[in-house]
Amino acid sequence: MRTADQTLDEILNLAATHFKVPREKLAPDEDFFKALGIDSLQTLDLLTRLENHFDVELPDYELQGVSDFRTLASRIQARL
Amino acid sequence: MTSSINHFRGQALSWELRNGVVELALHREPCNEIGSVALAELEAFASALEKLWYEAHAVIIHSTLKAGFSAGADLRELYTRSQEMQRAEAAAGVREFLQRVHHVLNTIDAAPLTTIAAVHGVTFGGGFELALVCDLIIADKMARFCFPELRLGLIPGFGGIPRLKRDLGNAVVRDLLLTGRSFNATKAQQIGLVSQVVAEGEALRVARATAEQIGKFDRQTAIAAKKFIKPIPYEELRQEIEIFCDLFTQPAVEAGLRKFVESADLQPYLP
Repeated sequence: MRTADQTLDEILNLAATHFKVPREKLAPDEDFFKALGIDSLQTLDLLTRLENHFDVELPDYELQGVSDFRTLASRIQARL
Repeated sequence: MTSSINHFRGQALSWELRNGVVELALHREPCNEIGSVALAELEAFASALEKLWYEAHAVIIHSTLKAGFSAGADLRELYTRSQEMQRAEAAAGVREFLQRVHHVLNTIDAAPLTTIAAVHGVTFGGGFELALVCDLIIADKMARFCFPELRLGLIPGFGGIPRLKRDLGNAVVRDLLLTGRSFNATKAQQIGLVSQVVAEGEALRVARATAEQIGKFDRQTAIAAKKFIKPIPYEELRQEIEIFCDLFTQPAVEAGLRKFVESADLQPYLP
């Protein structure tokens, strides 16, 4: 099973690839809305990609108050 | 706007009859919100459908917009118009709008040909309800479904609850309505809502192949089978309108709509 760090790393890689942002510019504790330059619609797109990638279901209300990659990773890790 | 029965190009949607299949394309930016313009053109489509079914065996409804199939009712138009009117007038306007929407969707639901929704991206609220009236839903893996109405102090008003009940178990319907959460195409297929999940961007192509397959069978038999297996819940649909109109007059709705409209996010779809 993936470790929390592995999950975080995969999220950062996926986000960087899909939203065409250099991987090195994404930090775990950074606000992903700002880092990726995305709105809520694009966040749902990211959520779907993450669900497909990790094969989990993550209700979008679990994203309330979540704005950094590390916390997002912990939400996903809790479903693995 | 250009039109004939077989071909129509409007502001919100277009359709074309080709090889026995009517393709209805939604294309109103930003995400096919259903307001007065879209409704008028959907009414034109429903009217044309009553003649088109003689020449077509299937309808495919899809969106050409990247954002998704449809984000549902045009909440900005709803809020703006309701603010311009006295409360009673706004309530009457909403009722009339819903009745018109229901007429369109009931027509598509009962149409004597096979209807296929080819969906991707955001398929929320009224957009989800439009997909639900179709016989089959083919979703690409980036499709996302949601009934967010409770977030606004409302229930789905375009027939969503009776049609969800028709298709799914009651426990699933309760989950979706009461949490207002969005869910992906894989989940949608697991619960029996979506018949095929396909690769990103492939929903329309697969819908066309499905329509071609459907076209091989006797039309009258297909019509009889559909009528038998797919009852239209007319009484519950009427009840839904009543409940919606009653809720619409509550303060929570104006507050919910204002929050949506005033959001800094142009498309505020997170709960």
